[in-house]
Amino acid sequence: MDITWYLVLSAFVFAIGAAGVISRRNPLVVLLCLELMLNAGNLALVAFSRMHGGEAGQVFALVVMVIAACEVVIGLGIIVAMYRNRLPIDVDEMSELRG
Amino acid sequence: MWFEQVLFFIAGIGALAGALGVVLLQNPFYSVLSLVGHLLGLAVLFLLLNAEFIAAAQVVVYAGAVMVLYLFVVAYIGGADEPLRPESGGVALFGPLFALAIAVELCIAFIASGLQALDTRGADVARPENADQFGSPGAIGELLLTDFLLPFEAASFLLLVAAVGAVVLARRRRGLEEPSERPEPPTETLEVRV
Amino acid sequence: MSATSYGWLVLAFPVAGMLIISLGWRLLPGRLPGWIGTAAIFLAFLASIGALVDLLDHPEEERQLVDSAWTYAATADFSADLAILVDPLSVFMCLVVSGVSFLIHLYSVAYMGGDRGYARYFAYLNFFVFSMLLLVLAANFLILIIGWAFVGAASYLLISYWYQRETAVRAGIKAFVINVIGDVALVVATFLILDHVSSLDFLTVFEGADRAFGDNDGTLIAACLLLLVGAFAKSAQLPLHTWLPDAMEGPTPVSALIHAATMVTAGVYLIARMHPLFELAPTAADVGAIIGCATLLFAGTVALAVTDLKRVIAYSTISQIGYMVMGASIAAYGAGLFHLMTHAFFKALLFMAAGSVIGAMAGIQDMDRMGGFRRAMPFTFITFTVGALALAGFPLTAGFFSKDEIIAYAINRGDWYVALAMLGYVGAFLTAFYAFRMVFRVFLGEAVPEARELEQGHLAHGEPMNPMTGEPEDTDVGFPGPEHHVAERAWSMKAAMGPLALLSIVGGVVAIPGISDILEKFLEPTFEDSRFHDTAPTTGAEVWGLVAGGVISILGIGLAWWVYVREPGTATRLRERFAWLHRFLVNKWYFDELYEAMFVRPAATIGGFSRRVIETEFVQGTIVGGATGIVRVGTSVARAVQTGYLRLYALFLLLGVAALTLYFLITSS
Repeated sequence: MDITWYLVLSAFVFAIGAAGVISRRNPLVVLLCLELMLNAGNLALVAFSRMHGGEAGQVFALVVMVIAACEVVIGLGIIVAMYRNRLPIDVDEMSELRG
Repeated sequence: MWFEQVLFFIAGIGALAGALGVVLLQNPFYSVLSLVGHLLGLAVLFLLLNAEFIAAAQVVVYAGAVMVLYLFVVAYIGGADEPLRPESGGVALFGPLFALAIAVELCIAFIASGLQALDTRGADVARPENADQFGSPGAIGELLLTDFLLPFEAASFLLLVAAVGAVVLARRRRGLEEPSERPEPPTETLEVRV
Repeated sequence: MSATSYGWLVLAFPVAGMLIISLGWRLLPGRLPGWIGTAAIFLAFLASIGALVDLLDHPEEERQLVDSAWTYAATADFSADLAILVDPLSVFMCLVVSGVSFLIHLYSVAYMGGDRGYARYFAYLNFFVFSMLLLVLAANFLILIIGWAFVGAASYLLISYWYQRETAVRAGIKAFVINVIGDVALVVATFLILDHVSSLDFLTVFEGADRAFGDNDGTLIAACLLLLVGAFAKSAQLPLHTWLPDAMEGPTPVSALIHAATMVTAGVYLIARMHPLFELAPTAADVGAIIGCATLLFAGTVALAVTDLKRVIAYSTISQIGYMVMGASIAAYGAGLFHLMTHAFFKALLFMAAGSVIGAMAGIQDMDRMGGFRRAMPFTFITFTVGALALAGFPLTAGFFSKDEIIAYAINRGDWYVALAMLGYVGAFLTAFYAFRMVFRVFLGEAVPEARELEQGHLAHGEPMNPMTGEPEDTDVGFPGPEHHVAERAWSMKAAMGPLALLSIVGGVVAIPGISDILEKFLEPTFEDSRFHDTAPTTGAEVWGLVAGGVISILGIGLAWWVYVREPGTATRLRERFAWLHRFLVNKWYFDELYEAMFVRPAATIGGFSRRVIETEFVQGTIVGGATGIVRVGTSVARAVQTGYLRLYALFLLLGVAALTLYFLITSS
């Protein structure tokens, strides 16, 4: 298959993830959609690595995975803390960063 | 080969379906599961791209560990996504629209002749006998410890920080009660110091 | 020490006095500020004498010495220096100013005792003397203007010294505003002169004047007229005279110093100093003479009708300065300055004696309530009478020789100046009359209760009240102290009034026609470049003038005696008969009302309009409000973006990414 197919797929997944981040109100789901976007990026990285023949892209994809894991951990920690403090689990309610 | 193409389409559609499921399903539990499916589809795609180690890491680490963690948290927090306030129209309308715009632009960028460097087939990944295969753990490992040592170490440091952060964030503070426990009426009056 | 060093000392001592008193007043108990101030002026007087002695050591041609302490600015054309000019005219003025000021300080030590602002008073007084000395010692227009302005400021401070009294504050402001008109005129005149002669220094200007200006040059006339405006504002001549009667709100010694001997004579000094310019512009000099003459008549008539004791003396001051201005304008410089000196003596004396009487009356200044103080206050009576005699020009007093000399000069000039001289004689008659009107009304006749109390030995005490409006006052800070002082009981007041009385009698000795011309010869180095230098009247003409003057003064005194002593009801009958005339005179020819309508009311209207419409609506509303309104609208638009909604921010991010991608897509294809 052409590399192009993989890249197009990655673009679609990225777009779906972006739409999800904006549309959903549950912070857990928002984080999931963020994961989607990261994975789309991973796919693109690996595709390019295959295209060039060097493994640098794959190493990078590994690092992205690590980062994604860290981010999930912290994000979930925040959500758990929110839940513990009886704050509503809704991104629209977290609107204190106001001008 | 036709096998490769069929597999590509199956995995691709699976990944897309998983992605859509994450976004569209109401129950967060189902969303997580849908993401797991997406990740598995992606792993197959990695395999198709000769990235064996990454595929394995994806399945074992990402789908296996991170998503399980996610499931735990979702189970802890709770269930259905009930909107507390009615949807505000503007954001929900424009979000998918701009996302679509980005997808279209990227596709145009990829497909049209704008990016000449895109190779349609990919490089030749055959290696000499004694060298590590392309995409094998040995090759990745060698790169991690030689060319990409700094990102490797930085990533491990990041993991440490994240672990500590998670512990700090989620620890139980004194006086804080679980929402499931019944709050006891205070037995002593509070001392107010003037 | 050279004369100019003495000149600097003359300036330094009052400054030192002022600084010591104003900075250390907390440490100076009781009357010490007064003594320090007096000592400072005494030292200045001694320094003036030193300057005089040293100046006389120089030969006659070299008696105009300039010393510059510091150059402010030096340009290609001219330089502006801090320089003093020590020449006969300035030394003369210094002697008069410092001498009379010293005596007035001495008087004030007792008079102002018990007043809570005692130290402030003496600091102001020293500052005033410093400014006046700076004015007369100035060697260029710059320092002259500085001294001029300082004198105006000091006069404001001293007139509104009892600042809690509203009438005093208003009087101070009135004086200051009119003085500022004069200041502006002076500055513009300086500029005109600078423009043509390219120098600020007096001696340079006077030498170069006849080359720079033609005869009766329009610009020079304009400059001289502006100088006259400045002189009239400071010397309270028509039409800028309205501030002087109101300035009687200040303490009596202030009136004695500022409005008799020093500040009001600054105008005369100016005309005398600028005589080369005035002689090149005879039109301006003629204007000065006419105004001087008109003023002396105007003030003389008003002094006939007013009943406030200090105001009668104030109008008399205006009138006498009219004589001086007239004298200086018709080039009778020596005579004019001589009258300045003698007037300083007897007018200060009159004010001091009036202060003593007012003290006996517990602050009341209305002559209608005074009478018969002859027995109760003998010293005051004698000194007041001596002053009145000198004012009236009674034969052989100092005033006799000085006033009539001016008139003699006027006759000698011929042409229409003779008319001025005749009017001068009329004015002299009026002067004699109102001078003794005061004497007879206050000291002769039935003794009023205050006088009778004083004869028995205790000073009358009344409720403190505003002498002008009669409303009761609170003797808090700034107000007259609770004590009243009479000359008979305060030795320093007597010590001040005595020498002045003596000088009023014998002061004429420096310029008796035919016998001595000490003053004339002394002032010659300054005035020898005058065109009219050799047109002094002959001794014979002067003697005739003196005789005529003496006769007129005796007639005036006699008429006053007849009206007030011999036939006591005459004045009342006359007043009823000519009620309209009396009202006209008492209201000072309605000048105040005229100015109120012409200037004050329109200014107030414009001010109110500006505040209501221009300031509030236009500036505040439109310009300021508009600018802030635009900013507010703009920021509220910008603020609308910061809603706090996470999703909105994410949307914007997405939008940005899409836009960037589009841009790169377009530019790379």
